Amino acid sequence: MELLEHYLSLATKTIFIENILLSYFLGMCSFLAISKKIEASIGLGFAVIFVSGVTVPLNWAIKEYLLNEGALTWVGISELATVDLSFLSFVTYIATIAAMVQLVEMLLDKFSPVLYNSLGIFLPLIAVNCSILGASLFMDERGYDFGESAVFGVSSGAGFALAIVSMAAIRFKLKYSNIPDGLKGLGITMILTGLLSMAYLSFSGINL
Amino acid sequence: MDKNIKAIISDPMVDNNPITKQILGICSALAVTVKMEQAVVMSLALAFVLICSNVIISLLRKNIPGKIRIIVQLTVIASLVILIDELLKAYLYDISKQLSVFVALIITNCIIMGRAEAFAMQNNIKDAMYDGLGNAVGYGAILIIVSIFRELLGSGTLFNYSVIPSSIYLENGGWYVNNGLMLLAPGAFIILGLIVWVQRSYTKYVED
Repeated sequence: MELLEHYLSLATKTIFIENILLSYFLGMCSFLAISKKIEASIGLGFAVIFVSGVTVPLNWAIKEYLLNEGALTWVGISELATVDLSFLSFVTYIATIAAMVQLVEMLLDKFSPVLYNSLGIFLPLIAVNCSILGASLFMDERGYDFGESAVFGVSSGAGFALAIVSMAAIRFKLKYSNIPDGLKGLGITMILTGLLSMAYLSFSGINL
Repeated sequence: MDKNIKAIISDPMVDNNPITKQILGICSALAVTVKMEQAVVMSLALAFVLICSNVIISLLRKNIPGKIRIIVQLTVIASLVILIDELLKAYLYDISKQLSVFVALIITNCIIMGRAEAFAMQNNIKDAMYDGLGNAVGYGAILIIVSIFRELLGSGTLFNYSVIPSSIYLENGGWYVNNGLMLLAPGAFIILGLIVWVQRSYTKYVED
């Protein structure tokens, strides 16, 4: 019960208080490009939840059993016990993510061609979506255990999905407003994101 | 210097700026701009990675099979980022701690992938190098402008030297208070939005 409570509070913190997009600025590129359309935003949101929910615990396992100093003791060869491969972490994290994205792409192509077509070029770009690599790096930096990293992965993806879907809804309404020429597109979206992130600031200080 | 090279370098500085026009690499532009010091170090790190990766990928462009090009590019970029991360940890430890995961996130910085894909894969080494230089300068310029505003308005300093006379602060009997919002996420979004507005009014670019 206590564990569940801990996971719940971690999830709330990751989704609302330390939203990966609105307070750590990760995943801005695809956020700005995709939030023009609501359907595509929902699709991308779910793809991000899935990919980061899988890659963060996967990267945790790779770090714990292959990369950290002394992680290779389970092989049984005594020379390997002192090897420290942690400097390779960035390359392995990104390789795991790229492979996962490829997998998701193939699955979507097979089971949901409509979604696959609407995501278009942005699906391969999830591989270079900062929020996914960022989630793995935060997992590393904050020293989460397996359960925590699974919860963190899913909820950071959920935070991204929430932000992008609400932004898409705001931009949908924006079509009918009269915006100065230079501010159209990127400019107004940045300012709106600022306001959205200000709204999320009001969650800070909540402790579960 | 012939005209072509001049165009390659100067184009990404104003007209085709990677951040305000191409909408690439926004994550780090927002996250590391609380202090000018961080912004300068980050721009230099990015310039190093961008120029080297453009050169290496242009060197390899005839040998990279089309289907796996993304993963080849990512490997090149990730290796360069590991190099710069280790260098920063060795010589500028304090700043590297403040930049935390954002140095590692240069891997997924869209500018680098974007330029590798859009320019280095089709052009010769010399042009690719100048393109990297031009884009790095364009990126650095925006980063430094944003950080000037955020550091000046948020903490009243520039490069950690206080520029606002201490006698006008409220606690010393004056009327001035630092705007704490500038140090938080919303400040970054709004400042960048306004800079985009200024830049686009100057270049007369209108997004539809």
